Amino acid sequence: MSGDKILTVDRLTMRFGGIVAVQDLSFDAERKKITALIGPNGAGKTTVFNCITGFYKPSGGAIRLAHDDGRVIALERLNDFRIAKQAKVARTFQNIRLFPGMTALENLMVAQHNALMRASGFTLLGLVGAPGYRDAEKRAIDLATDWLRRVNLLDRADDAAGNFAYGDQRRLEIARAMCTEPALLCLDEPAAGLNARESAALSELLLSIRNELGTSILLIEHDMSVVMEISDHIVVMDHGVKIAEGTPREVRDDPKVIAAYLGADEEEAVAVMESGT
Amino acid sequence: MTAPSTNTAKPATGILALLKTAFINALVALVLFSLMVGIRTEAGSSGQLTYWTRFGELASLVAIVFGGSIVIELLRQWIGPTGAEKLVPPALQSGMSLIGRYLTPALLIFTLLVPVIFYDQRYILDLAILVLTYVMLGWGLNVVVGLAGLLDLGYVAFYAVGAYSYGLLATNFGWSFWICLPLAGILAAFWGVLLGFPVLRLRGDYLAIVTLAFGEIIRLVIINWQELTGGPNGVSGIPRPTFFGIPLDNSDEGFAARLGIEYSPTHRIVFLFYLILALALLTNWVTIRLRRLPIGRAWEALREDEVACRALGINTTTTKLTAFATGAMFGGFAGAFFATRQGFISPESFTFQESALVLAIVVLGGMGSQLGVALAALAMIGGFELFRGLETYRMLVFGMAMVLIMIWRPRGLIGHRAPTVFLTKAQAISSDLVKEGHG
Repeated sequence: MSGDKILTVDRLTMRFGGIVAVQDLSFDAERKKITALIGPNGAGKTTVFNCITGFYKPSGGAIRLAHDDGRVIALERLNDFRIAKQAKVARTFQNIRLFPGMTALENLMVAQHNALMRASGFTLLGLVGAPGYRDAEKRAIDLATDWLRRVNLLDRADDAAGNFAYGDQRRLEIARAMCTEPALLCLDEPAAGLNARESAALSELLLSIRNELGTSILLIEHDMSVVMEISDHIVVMDHGVKIAEGTPREVRDDPKVIAAYLGADEEEAVAVMESGT
Repeated sequence: MTAPSTNTAKPATGILALLKTAFINALVALVLFSLMVGIRTEAGSSGQLTYWTRFGELASLVAIVFGGSIVIELLRQWIGPTGAEKLVPPALQSGMSLIGRYLTPALLIFTLLVPVIFYDQRYILDLAILVLTYVMLGWGLNVVVGLAGLLDLGYVAFYAVGAYSYGLLATNFGWSFWICLPLAGILAAFWGVLLGFPVLRLRGDYLAIVTLAFGEIIRLVIINWQELTGGPNGVSGIPRPTFFGIPLDNSDEGFAARLGIEYSPTHRIVFLFYLILALALLTNWVTIRLRRLPIGRAWEALREDEVACRALGINTTTTKLTAFATGAMFGGFAGAFFATRQGFISPESFTFQESALVLAIVVLGGMGSQLGVALAALAMIGGFELFRGLETYRMLVFGMAMVLIMIWRPRGLIGHRAPTVFLTKAQAISSDLVKEGHG
């Protein structure tokens, strides 16, 4: 694997008591590319995600994030919100986690919390209505509006997010993650529960994020049509270890991958094979 | 109350279903009350069983249940949660929304005029001050419970810290109210942060228990630290507030003498009224502004989904702490006002019941709603006084009124949420979508 790496996972291990969920997993994600993490259910994909995004503290190994400006951040040493704030890693969730009682616009404004907090002088300037904060808020609304337009939800900006259809919620969650202006966007099964048309729109959205904004994307996905269409690089996991990696073509023809999917779920294996033809 | 919800499309069937429900309820009441009320048994003089029937009472009870369930069902459909069928004619509905729009300014103007209208009625002025104190406490707690979704059962602790801060600083050092007021707020906020640190990891019931304990600890410390607080004897002789340095008494230097008007003790009451009104409005103004700032949005986001907040890089620790501190600060202000109004404070004023009362105001008002909290404080404190004539049954009637309100408006008097920012049109968000927070 050549090129500029944004994320380097080195011998990542995660244990829960006696259970080893991820063992000595190493892979890289390239800058401005889409890297997919696939594998049968229970392979440990979401655990890897939770380690990268700070929700779990890894039992062992290193996760390095190299920013455009050359800064290298050890993600395993940061915890919790600092990964999103300092390392600029944004994520979405397998089961959507929007703020259902807030409007779509408010959801995207909350995502810009840290920038707005600085602009509001940590509330003090904002409380007295300083003009600097008003400008910052206007810019934040513009950014949110821009993202609402991109995900085709502009006409529903003032509706509560909880009222949105499932597919719309998925897109709004991606827009919210993008409003944090991340260096690396981690998507946990963004196509789950979407119909074919919505999946195609999602692929288009993710490709536009990569091509137009140059944001690196790491995604977990079961929908092979999406994975094969948009991924630049695929890492295949099973039972907590990496069993294969490569381009979509290489992975598709890898007998180990087919065996893993056949062993776990026949339908998915067929999906893997068919999506290549 | 056991009535099944009527999900009918046409009003005609709605009314039929209504009658059916009422009939079933009346039947249940008939069966229950026929034995409990209809037949009265008693042991006779020689030990034999005597009984007589009271069909008149039975009939009136069943009639009450029949009529009552129709009224309840109608009310439920009229002002009930969204989605329920509305049987109200559109004209009445638009009238109600008109009232809703002008309710806040009308209430505010009325409140400003209260001392003018009721100048001679000391009782009403005192009651109005009490109501406003609870409005302010409710608004303060609303930041913690309503916005940030952190269940705080020990809010009275900050009220106590504020009251004792002013009481002790004023009696020991002779500091004026206007210097002590911000200090009381700052000290209460400090204790809010102090409480916040250990409880931040806790959620839901556990948080509630620890805050409850914190409230008790503060009260017990006040009782037992005799040298400082005077223990159960409290602090007496707390100076009355001055009109920015001019005392409100009948001395030559007093407010009345300087203005050349006749002295009246009502001057001080009116001044206290406007003082607490100003403090309450300050609380309201700050809260409304904070809601529209990133910190306020983060509070509400925290209430909606804490995990998502962390994923967006929001420091949940400091966000919770600021919510605690802000709420505590307003509690401290209210406490300082309480001390100066009473002139005497003792630990008895800061029992758990006060915390529960303020929390009930917030919940009844609709968590997060400023107007709702004000209305709830009026209903809880003013309504309680209203039932004074009922004597023994006061608590019973009051409790039943609260139960009924919570049945009709499970999310409080004003349950919907107003968005903090909008592109084209601000739409109220149904209470069904807004989370209550989990700790």
